Amino acid sequence: MHVDFSKNYFDLFGLAEKFDIDNAQLVSRFQELQKQLHPDKYASKPDAERRWSMQAASFVNEAYQTLGDDLKRAIYLLTLQGVSIDEETDTQMSPMFLMEQMEYREALEMAPDASDPYQALDAVRKNLKSATSEQLAAFENACNQQSWDEARTSVRQWQFLDKLKQEVRSAEERLDE
Amino acid sequence: MAYSDKVLDHYENPRNVGVLDKDDPNVGTGMVGAPACGDVMRLQIKVNDDGIIEDAKFKTYGCGSAIASSSLVTEMVKGKTLEEVGEIRNKHIADELALPPVKIHCSVLAEDAIAAAIADIKAKRTEKDSSEAVAS
Repeated sequence: MHVDFSKNYFDLFGLAEKFDIDNAQLVSRFQELQKQLHPDKYASKPDAERRWSMQAASFVNEAYQTLGDDLKRAIYLLTLQGVSIDEETDTQMSPMFLMEQMEYREALEMAPDASDPYQALDAVRKNLKSATSEQLAAFENACNQQSWDEARTSVRQWQFLDKLKQEVRSAEERLDE
Repeated sequence: MAYSDKVLDHYENPRNVGVLDKDDPNVGTGMVGAPACGDVMRLQIKVNDDGIIEDAKFKTYGCGSAIASSSLVTEMVKGKTLEEVGEIRNKHIADELALPPVKIHCSVLAEDAIAAAIADIKAKRTEKDSSEAVAS
């Protein structure tokens, strides 16, 4: 058993380095690696080897979590291109986009007081969903044309939408309580 | 993670929440956002003819530290000149609020928002000056 930690995640799972991946292959290769790295197999092995197997298993896990999530995979693809999304330091976004984000958040804030809060939240979620597919398509398109600046912009906007999606979910959980 | 008393104070009693007319020639608007946390911040300043900030308003969607950072900035800028306010750095905000390292980016957001508001009002005034120059 050998796992090369310097390998990129796509190589690790035998996938081509692009956004659109074969999910079935990702899952089956992950299960295979997990089986090979199972702690039981290393229980009677020397300490160094057991430690190595644990590191390898966590590397494989990290790789799987990254490639299995659309947004994380997109960010990772950019990293491989040497493009950083500067998510904490670059706060300049299109004013139009930020205005829309404010509106989404206002709608989310008002939703619990709406006559039908679930419906209000559902409306936000639907808008978010279509906005997210737009960013996803724009990202893939930019990647195909190797326009990394545009791909970076899409991913940065997508991050806002992803965060908002989580907030819609927690707003819903609060309603359920 | 525990917030400092100052953050809690600004979070629970935010100062100057609201909106100014962004089309007013004396109002500068700065909108910024941090993809890392999805926070969105709008900071507005109303500047008189002497270049002094008479009023400031903000609206922030984000965590307690982001709200406290923008609330604090609106307090800091009132009565100051654009030049003085241009000197505000995120470190001043972070120190004042005792932000932990993981929340420093919230103060960066506030610094960038005030810088964007200043840039907006300056652009408005340059535009006004040049159109007046053309008219005369």
